[in-house]
Amino acid sequence: GALGTRTFAQGTDLTPNTYEEITSYNNYYEFGTGKDDPARYADALTTSPWSVKIDGLVDNPGVFSIGDILAKMTIEERIYRFRCVEAWSMVVPWNGFEFADLLSMVGVQSSAKYVAFETALRPDEMPGVAYRVLDWPYVEGLRLDEAMHPLTILATGIYGKPIPNQNGAPLRLVVPWKYGFKSIKSIVRITLTDSEPATSWNKAGPNEYGFYSNVNPEVDHPRWSQATERAIGGGFFAKRQPTLMFNGYDEVASLYDGMDLAKNF
Amino acid sequence: MDLVGRINGALRKVPTWPFYILCALPPFWFLFQGLSGALGVDPVKVMEHRLGELALQFLVAGLAISPMRRYLGLNLLKFRRLVGLAAFFYVCAHLLVWLVLDVQIPSQIWADILKRPYITVGMAAFALLIPLAVTSNMWSIRRMGAKWRQLHWLVYPAVLLGALHFVMLVKGFQIEPLLYMGTILVLLVLRYRPSRRRQMA
Repeated sequence: GALGTRTFAQGTDLTPNTYEEITSYNNYYEFGTGKDDPARYADALTTSPWSVKIDGLVDNPGVFSIGDILAKMTIEERIYRFRCVEAWSMVVPWNGFEFADLLSMVGVQSSAKYVAFETALRPDEMPGVAYRVLDWPYVEGLRLDEAMHPLTILATGIYGKPIPNQNGAPLRLVVPWKYGFKSIKSIVRITLTDSEPATSWNKAGPNEYGFYSNVNPEVDHPRWSQATERAIGGGFFAKRQPTLMFNGYDEVASLYDGMDLAKNF
Repeated sequence: MDLVGRINGALRKVPTWPFYILCALPPFWFLFQGLSGALGVDPVKVMEHRLGELALQFLVAGLAISPMRRYLGLNLLKFRRLVGLAAFFYVCAHLLVWLVLDVQIPSQIWADILKRPYITVGMAAFALLIPLAVTSNMWSIRRMGAKWRQLHWLVYPAVLLGALHFVMLVKGFQIEPLLYMGTILVLLVLRYRPSRRRQMA
């Protein structure tokens, strides 16, 4: 597909992590809290057939099969930095489409201000949900202008291959300027709303995980510094790297003009 | 002869020194595994966490030795110093990996110790264990007399702080650190002897 230069903002020199690294080191607590649990257990997830319910303040609500959606979308490659709230990072060559294109497919009503997302909840296929680590199902949300930003994509692949289950098959959000947990996996529902939706980690720890959760080296997690990050794949003696404001995606800064990002963390 | 008696008899003939060598191996084994790729793509975190868990496991084992003798008649007292020193060794290795390979930046290390409660708690546990490790020898026991027992009472707050460190660092509501904390609390309750308390007061 067309690869706009903007999608590579500061990214032309990015070296992606290996497929092995990206698919063996995951946070997907529905399959367990260990980094290797998702790779071990997520193959139990049935991803075909798959459908996404799109409802709320949209002109054409409905239940859409993944095939119906993909038929209308243009898949392109986006090489994005991925910064976890736990202070590690990767570079991932995603394949996906702009979320704004899906929104225009269903028609957003003028009263909509936020987008709420929900992950599949399948106790029979997800061993991790037997434990109340979080209040299942996993839910996330974006402000509408964040959701509409051209950097925001729904990913369906990595390295040109169908996205593996442990990375959020068959359809996951990728918002590269926010901490990884905002990029919700295995989406089954998208709801346009006029009020800020609840988000899973915010519910679990409101003082630790805010609604915005923009990557910000100046606002620490209460339990650890966010000033630096460990780049995965560097081995034992890799030096920590400085974390970049908005994870290096400065073009989103105008979305937050006039906002106190220490308060709206 | 009953089973416990036979085990106790056999253990009397077992020397402790080979176990000191065995217990020294895991940090080097993890290092080797990490360098050869066997610890996955984030070997520093894995090594850090495994060493921390191993330290906690040995501290729990140390707490279990006395109750095992009292309730099961199993006498493992001669291994208590080994278990304690091994735990301290793993705590040191855990701390070293955190300092050198994980955080790396000295100013941030100091800031973390002061600002991050779970790290403050972990460092407090480490600090409490230092005098215990230093006095884990016959010479100190002889020299200190009754004071040695009093000093080594510090292992109880140290273990509790170690478990608390684990409880505080996980994300979300997780069972594993709570199991360690629960086990430690049970072992502490099993040790509680009102009569001995009165003597000490």
